[in-house]
Amino acid sequence: MPVYSDKVMDHFMNPRNVGEIENPDGVGEVGNPVCGDMMTFHIRVKDNRLEDVKFKTFGCGAAIAVSSMVSEMAKGKTLEEAKKITPKSVADELEGLPKQKFHCSNLGAQALNKAIQDYLSKKKTKGGKER
Amino acid sequence: MRKVYLDNAATTPLLPEVREAMMPYLGDVFGNPSSLHDWGDGAREAIETARAQVAGLIGAKAEEIIFTGSGTEANNLAVKGLALAQQAKGKHVVVSAIEHFSVLHSAKTLEKWGFEVSEVPVDKYGVVNPEDVPRSLRKDTVLVSIMQANGEVGTIEPIAEIAKITRERGIPFHTDGVATAGTIPVNVGELGVDALSLAGNQFYGPKGVGALWVRKGVRIIPLLDGGIQEGGRRAGTENVPVIVGLGKAAELAQTDVTKRVKRLTPLRDRLLKELSGKIEHLVVTGHPQHRLPGHASFCVEFIEGESMLMLLNSQGIAVSSGSACTSRALKASHVLIAMGIPHELAQGSILFTLGIDNTAEDIDYVLETMPPIVDRLRQMSPLYSKFTKSGKGGK
Repeated sequence: MPVYSDKVMDHFMNPRNVGEIENPDGVGEVGNPVCGDMMTFHIRVKDNRLEDVKFKTFGCGAAIAVSSMVSEMAKGKTLEEAKKITPKSVADELEGLPKQKFHCSNLGAQALNKAIQDYLSKKKTKGGKER
Repeated sequence: MRKVYLDNAATTPLLPEVREAMMPYLGDVFGNPSSLHDWGDGAREAIETARAQVAGLIGAKAEEIIFTGSGTEANNLAVKGLALAQQAKGKHVVVSAIEHFSVLHSAKTLEKWGFEVSEVPVDKYGVVNPEDVPRSLRKDTVLVSIMQANGEVGTIEPIAEIAKITRERGIPFHTDGVATAGTIPVNVGELGVDALSLAGNQFYGPKGVGALWVRKGVRIIPLLDGGIQEGGRRAGTENVPVIVGLGKAAELAQTDVTKRVKRLTPLRDRLLKELSGKIEHLVVTGHPQHRLPGHASFCVEFIEGESMLMLLNSQGIAVSSGSACTSRALKASHVLIAMGIPHELAQGSILFTLGIDNTAEDIDYVLETMPPIVDRLRQMSPLYSKFTKSGKGGK
């Protein structure tokens, strides 16, 4: 078994914010099952803040822990703050990821970013209306 | 918490009798088997006893056994050594698509050395169709290497039928018997092959020891240069304690193998059948009947193998997976892909391999523990939610 940190194991065994949001303000999906990892992030935005973040992940222990950690890091942050979450900062918060897992499983920040982009582009087309 | 070891394809535990047999050779009997004094005699007698025991397990002659440092080394020696010995006749080698990497990568090395390699395909159960073999054979084919059983999906190959074809054409045939020797009855005479590899840690012997049987009269080029140990076919001072352990394990397996098969087969069948009944969208991998006695392998749709493995481990159950995430190379199992299983489904690979210590209660525990784990991961899986929303799920 790969040597995962206690933090990774905690987030894998007890993942935070698993699920979907009904009528989400933004959705981001990255990866594909052929490579072994796929993540979907749903966000609810209120007053430019991530009021709620939910994820679903198909993948290894690291992929699940990464998604959980990203959701926890992002929740409550402004969109600008949330966009600063990077694969590196996620791995750091998880007290490290095995080298071979860093690239393939560390897609959470990207998925979150995509969800934010999705929200922003929807907002644009709706003429700047915010919930 | 209950502890259930179901990863016997990775390695089996060491039998206490085997450990006991090894102990003197980790102590007072430390001599070099090549030495001409009493110390050497003691060690030499021990490895010659082991040689006879290993030969006995597979119906061979003692002098045809070459001890190696692992099953991997035995496969390397067979593929490279047999091909090199014949290279004046030709430089073409045939392997199956589902061989262990120690065979496939040895074949790759032969390619670098100027050989050509053909791969025989397998069907959806991982079976090599003997009729496909002649198509791959050429005038310059000097070696065929097809495994007796695959350790990932458990399928047992029709080796005797394939051997008939190679024998008619006078082509040496090696079979990787690492998954079979000591696990099912193996007789090299009945198989009709020319070389067979085996490994100690697959049948309750120690790790770090294997053997290659090469039929008398078949030439092989050694991979290690040095002294004339092992009849000049494998240089280096013999690892006496593990060779003794391999011999003892072989002796015990020879006596018990039929009993072991009889005990494991119903446990395996129950696991295959009842798990399929309890978990939807579960695919059994490998042949339903022609499979290793303790081998139950599956692909679980919509979820990934490593996370299943980790959750089972947290419940005290040890298993393996062929998913990309569990492999260091991050590639899905070449065995599953060769069988035509889509990459996506191969990610959900999970493998239970039973051993002689397992009981009906262990199977009960797996049957009770596995479904909620699958359920939990599916609730987390975007693939599963897409599936249920598409209306096909019915849940």
